[in-house]
Amino acid sequence: MPQMIDERAKAGLTPEEDLSLLHEVSMKTAGDSHVEMCIQCGTCGGSCPAGMDMDHTPRAIFAMLRAGMREAVLKSNTPWMCVSCYYCTVRCPQEIHITDVMYTLKNMAVQSGMVQDSTASDFSRTFINFVENYGRSFEIGLAGLHNLIHPRLALRLPNMAPMAIGMLTKKGMSPLPPKRIKGMKGLKKILKRAKELEAA
Amino acid sequence: MSDYIFYPGCSMESSAKAYYDSVMSVCQALDIQLNEIDDWNCCGATEYLSLERMPAYALIARNLALAEKQSNGSKTVVAPCSACYLNLAKADHYMHEDKAFGKNINEALAAGGLHYTPGKLAVRHLLDVVLNDIGLEAVKAKVVKPLTGLRVAPYIGCMLPRPDYGNRYSDTENPTELDDLLRALGADVIDFPLRTACCGGHMTQIGPGTAFELIRRLVSTAADQYKADVMVAVCPMCQMNLDAFQGQMNGYFKTDYHMPILFFTQLMGIAFGADAKELGFGSEFVSAREAMSRIGVQTPEPAADAPAKKKPAGLPMPPPLVHASQTTTHSKEAGQ
Repeated sequence: MPQMIDERAKAGLTPEEDLSLLHEVSMKTAGDSHVEMCIQCGTCGGSCPAGMDMDHTPRAIFAMLRAGMREAVLKSNTPWMCVSCYYCTVRCPQEIHITDVMYTLKNMAVQSGMVQDSTASDFSRTFINFVENYGRSFEIGLAGLHNLIHPRLALRLPNMAPMAIGMLTKKGMSPLPPKRIKGMKGLKKILKRAKELEAA
Repeated sequence: MSDYIFYPGCSMESSAKAYYDSVMSVCQALDIQLNEIDDWNCCGATEYLSLERMPAYALIARNLALAEKQSNGSKTVVAPCSACYLNLAKADHYMHEDKAFGKNINEALAAGGLHYTPGKLAVRHLLDVVLNDIGLEAVKAKVVKPLTGLRVAPYIGCMLPRPDYGNRYSDTENPTELDDLLRALGADVIDFPLRTACCGGHMTQIGPGTAFELIRRLVSTAADQYKADVMVAVCPMCQMNLDAFQGQMNGYFKTDYHMPILFFTQLMGIAFGADAKELGFGSEFVSAREAMSRIGVQTPEPAADAPAKKKPAGLPMPPPLVHASQTTTHSKEAGQ
């Protein structure tokens, strides 16, 4: 595949096949992701509703994974722009679990500290902080905190304040955190063990 | 009486109370007994999966483990939210398919004294239960106020028909289940080509421009091309994005759409003769009052319209939709 060799050359890599990155992604994805079976047809990129806002389409990402371009992949915004619509997944002729692979790439980017624009990963972190402490998500608190961490977002959305008020007045949402689940202690133990297993 | 294990999900207690209320009303009418999982936790949405795989799946699987323990004979977990449904189905699917992975998740669950047997429970969305267990005939038999004349855009979204681990839907891209249900209620269902297009998901919080474009496509297609009166969603996230963010989308594109976004259970409830207020009407950002009054249904006006007040009042409406003339007169007459 000439294009792949191009991308390797650009990244300063030798032409030998180094499939360790591809293998790593495969191992870190639940089930059989088929990620090594990409035939570069481009159906994924063409199906992606967020494709135009991605640094690289999913197809290009699969070529880059095969080429061992770890940094370029993990620094790209591609997985963070994925909206989890699963169009690519159901259309892929090789049955690659593309959406799940995008989750894996996000995991790897966070763990390696290579995330460039942290708007999305911070949002996930803020969301999960509530879940890890209450067992439930907290939409109002999440939106509020997220906009404090990323004030640029709030500025881009001038109607944010009236909308937040609408959430309370129209939808009758509570501004208070959710009630903590009874089994919080057990849940914390479960998550702690899961984190250890993930790191193993 | 059909018995189900019920996983409501966090939104049902906060942003989607209208969905919760209407689900309860409809299930009572159809004799669907929902037994809520005691002490369920958040499914993690798409956020935990984005950060850490094992904890994300363990978080989801705790609900399955609790459900299995409390199941009392019932083998079906019903979720009304598409994201919750898919997460629960996904955890069950991968724990079953990837035995080593399943073992790891169970090892994590064991730290909290729990265990889930992969494949033990069927995870299903409420729409699927209504259609396939209750059936359209039983639904039709309950209709006392057919929605005749209401043009409805059926919006099923992404996560029910895709990836569809259980092969429960007629098509991954063009499933007609929601159309069939709404037609059984007497509604005038449009053949909505974007019925499984994306609502933007969490992008409203991350890359609003991306989200607004996806919202615009859905709303403008339903409004301009198909002259729909309302759009119907089956997921709190879809409903929230299209309804609560519609005003901001309008601001972003300088458009002026007012497309009410309702839950399918709200329209079922109306057709079954339930009270609009008890079905959560009036909690939407884009008022459904005009659209519903067109078929002679009075629904409460949403509370003070904060976002709209930001805009100068009296701006002319966009070029009239098919029913625009009727609408204006109707809504004025219908005003309390």
